[in-house]
Amino acid sequence: MTASDLWHLVFGRLGLQSLPFWDMIQHPTPSHIINGIIATGAAAVVVIGALVTVFLITKYRKWGVLWSDWLTSVDHKKIGIMYIVLAFVMLARALIEALLIRTQQADGLNGGFLSADHFAQLFSTHGTIMIFFMAMPFLIGLINFVMPQQIGARDVSFPMMNSISLGLTAAGAALVMVSLVLGKFETGGWTAYPPYTEAAFNPGPGVDYWIWAIALSSIGTTMTGINFAVTIYKKRAPGMTLFRMPLFTWTALCTAILMIFAMPPLTAVSLMLALDRYLDFHFFTNGMGGNMMNFANLFWLFGHPEVYILILPAFGVYSEVFSTFSGKRLYGYTSLVYATMAIAVLSFTVWLHHFFTMGQSANINAVFGLLTMIIGIPTGVKIYDWLLTMYQGRVRFTVPLIYALAFSVLFVLGGLSGVLLANPSIDFQVHNSLFLVAHFHNMLIPGLLFGMLAGYHFWFPKAFGFRLDERWGRLSAYLWISGFILAFFPLYALGLMGMTRRTVSYFDPAYTPWMLVAEVGALVLTAALTTLVIQLIVSIRERKANAVPVGDPWDGRSLEWAIAAPSPEWNFPVIPTVTDRDPFAVAKAQHTAYQSPPAYEDITLPTNSAMGMIICVVGGLLGFALVWHMWWLAILSALAVPVAVIAKSFDTRTEKVIPAAEVRQQHQAWLAQARQETPISRQLETSPDNHGLADNTIAEAST
Amino acid sequence: MKSGSRAHCHRGKTVRRIAVTILTLLALSVLYDDAWALPVSSFLEPAGPVAAAQKNHFIWVTLITLIVVLPAIILTPYLAWRYRYGAKKVAYKPKWAFSWLFEILIWGVPTIIVLILSVPLWNSTHQLDPYHPLASTQKPLHIEVIGLDWKWLFIYPDEGIATVGEMAVPVGRPIALDLTTDTVMQSFWIPALGGQIYAMPGMRTKLQLLADRPGQFRGLNSQFNGMGFEHQQFLTVSLKDDAFKNWVQQVKSRGIPLNTGRYGTLNKQSTRAESFAALGTPAMPQDILYFSSVPPNFFQQVIARYRSGHPLPPGDQPGTKAHGGHSTPSPNGKTGLGT
Repeated sequence: MTASDLWHLVFGRLGLQSLPFWDMIQHPTPSHIINGIIATGAAAVVVIGALVTVFLITKYRKWGVLWSDWLTSVDHKKIGIMYIVLAFVMLARALIEALLIRTQQADGLNGGFLSADHFAQLFSTHGTIMIFFMAMPFLIGLINFVMPQQIGARDVSFPMMNSISLGLTAAGAALVMVSLVLGKFETGGWTAYPPYTEAAFNPGPGVDYWIWAIALSSIGTTMTGINFAVTIYKKRAPGMTLFRMPLFTWTALCTAILMIFAMPPLTAVSLMLALDRYLDFHFFTNGMGGNMMNFANLFWLFGHPEVYILILPAFGVYSEVFSTFSGKRLYGYTSLVYATMAIAVLSFTVWLHHFFTMGQSANINAVFGLLTMIIGIPTGVKIYDWLLTMYQGRVRFTVPLIYALAFSVLFVLGGLSGVLLANPSIDFQVHNSLFLVAHFHNMLIPGLLFGMLAGYHFWFPKAFGFRLDERWGRLSAYLWISGFILAFFPLYALGLMGMTRRTVSYFDPAYTPWMLVAEVGALVLTAALTTLVIQLIVSIRERKANAVPVGDPWDGRSLEWAIAAPSPEWNFPVIPTVTDRDPFAVAKAQHTAYQSPPAYEDITLPTNSAMGMIICVVGGLLGFALVWHMWWLAILSALAVPVAVIAKSFDTRTEKVIPAAEVRQQHQAWLAQARQETPISRQLETSPDNHGLADNTIAEAST
Repeated sequence: MKSGSRAHCHRGKTVRRIAVTILTLLALSVLYDDAWALPVSSFLEPAGPVAAAQKNHFIWVTLITLIVVLPAIILTPYLAWRYRYGAKKVAYKPKWAFSWLFEILIWGVPTIIVLILSVPLWNSTHQLDPYHPLASTQKPLHIEVIGLDWKWLFIYPDEGIATVGEMAVPVGRPIALDLTTDTVMQSFWIPALGGQIYAMPGMRTKLQLLADRPGQFRGLNSQFNGMGFEHQQFLTVSLKDDAFKNWVQQVKSRGIPLNTGRYGTLNKQSTRAESFAALGTPAMPQDILYFSSVPPNFFQQVIARYRSGHPLPPGDQPGTKAHGGHSTPSPNGKTGLGT
């Protein structure tokens, strides 16, 4: 056996050529050097970032805390927070990629500075990350943190499975990060359409990185969907009927159901592509009966419900935000619930509109076009429900409400372009163009991202016990809003001028001025993320002044505001009984909030589990080994999963008991603090006087 | 302090000048798209009945949908400001949460608008169906299109010619296109004439177009297919009848026969300019290939090869590296539009 054979046995197809600076050394032309420096710089950021993190944790001796309080925790609140941290890290990377894409195209008339290959990796990772590793972790994190508290539960139904879901998502994200350092990522866009992604055309590791990142995270998300749905069905507090659930919980339920049914087609389609690539199957190949149209169908059978998986939780956030910051009941609750359900059901009936141009008959196209337009009805209803919530309310322009207002104005414009795209005859002219790119960013940025950021500002005090800085928050919101407008409205025009998506350069000088405006927008969006980071630092520094320990900084309406901030590990010392739709608002109005329960009982909580971390590491290694054809490692890590599951099944210490005395002591201390505080009028809501006890006498007086 | 403010003022001027320049360019790019003498590349400047109908449909759907969109855009800031926290003398009804009147309005109006829009949606989808022959007294001109990495091959079976990079069509006569690819999936699109349609290996899709005025229009592939994707553009030239006949003669006299060997060169991964360098002759226009004859049933054979039931190793699949695809084309390399 030669040294080279041994190398291949151990490291598979990993080699020097997998390093980001190898091309640059082999072909030292200016273009290779520029692209090499960018790729190496990005890899260095990943490696140095990881090393600095490890160093800091070691220096401050935080490994123990990190392990026992966070990584192995099965507390839904901590898992939710970790999901959101992951979302922010991935947002930073994908936003920088977007800036590079915009900068390249701003100079696209002259060919720009990026190679076609580098550019293709950028738009592919940008899309893959934003959807699967920014948007999904953000909304899953938010639901994880909020939903059990809204329904009066102490945790989700399957806490350890929750931790495993996070582990699988993190493993997928890690694979995408590793692809920056070793090898290249896929180049066929986030949808990875074959036959371009088949082994015949793209034999390298890029597509495999995509496959395993998607497969891992989609399995994690399916389990999340099951977990959320079961939690909402089974763990609601007594008296909380389905039609008393807060709207955010309703959207969480619909999203969970969509996840259960929509993620498996994605898992299947990514694994089918893997079978084609690894074992010479012919699902989507050019010859031997393969058919890439089946990939498009399966992918969008996931992909369209996915759009609503992304948007519904944001709709939930907006429902809470409009109602809370208008000091008013949500208008048209029943209407909103039915609209949400209608959207969820209809979302499974429209997938074909992603490929009207594939050559099917006009009847099929027309039916799917009509169904697509019909989704516009419940969506429009929702917008007007929120506007009517402000009607005869008392609207406070806090950061979440600013996002909500911007959403309301901008989202309907995205709806307009959506109705246009729903018409097959129009779609034939804008499909694959920047008009489409503008449309879905118009839905996802004001819709999903603004919603998530509104939720982040809204519930941050509940998670950490202090408010986020209001001034930086406003600045950041204005930057996100104006940056979005500048970056994406020009793309509508460019699409109508016939410019396609995913083009590294172009020949038409008329595109350049629009591209320059979009470039300014990308810079403003980068500034927006920067201000968000500054806001976090400033807020942590001023956490004492902005503390809201009593836990109700916004005069909230649902159960999560009825407990301390940060929430106790067990959320509710005594599970509340619900008699109304806005239980906490009603309790405050009837002066039944902040009362001692007649008795306290022992609370049983799940113990920590390392399973989530084990699955994360083993799953990540399995993916990595398969990408690089390190068969020994693939077999070992694949075997490790059942071994870990079986070993865990022998563990009988899965629950811990918090004695009633400890619960009483903590709860009484908090109640005492609540009695001491002065209730704060909404005028002082964003001032340091706000300690989380709301004065709601105005709301009472005017009823 | 003074100098600082002057510097600030100066910077302000520069920013203003840049802003004015960009705005001027934006206005120019809309109003004078022809200013750069490039082929038309938007259905908003239609050159045929299909694109004209699409433009018309686009405008009407926009206007009708604005009926629900505009009120939301106006009401959002209006309601937020009118019912702002500090506002005096406005009603505050924190428990008001339902009204049948509003319910009927917010469900009813969008429903009616969707009902209204569904009629043109249904009709236009059928009328503009890319498979639906266009109404005309003339017999359609048949063109067979093969998508390659990264150029399109146009076969005129009745004329017995083929071209790469230039597709000429007679004004006023329907064009019936049959499309496939001999590589990965692509999407064929001539915005000024009509919509796009996917082209896929081993399959045939169809597209009907008609140019109703002479002119030059940009055609392209809109589906990303590798590192020369942005080069896969071509010129559509619509010519009056005589000029078209003349063009066919030109292709015949200036072209070379298309045979298996030349096709084997053409279907390797390469930009049009690279193919021209390999196959072009001085008699042909720059970066445009003319083929004076085409083997019979050429298009059908390209499709049939993928349907034989026999394995196709990567070396037998055009568009793969194993088939002789080369490494990434020069990143800043450009192919002109063949103007």
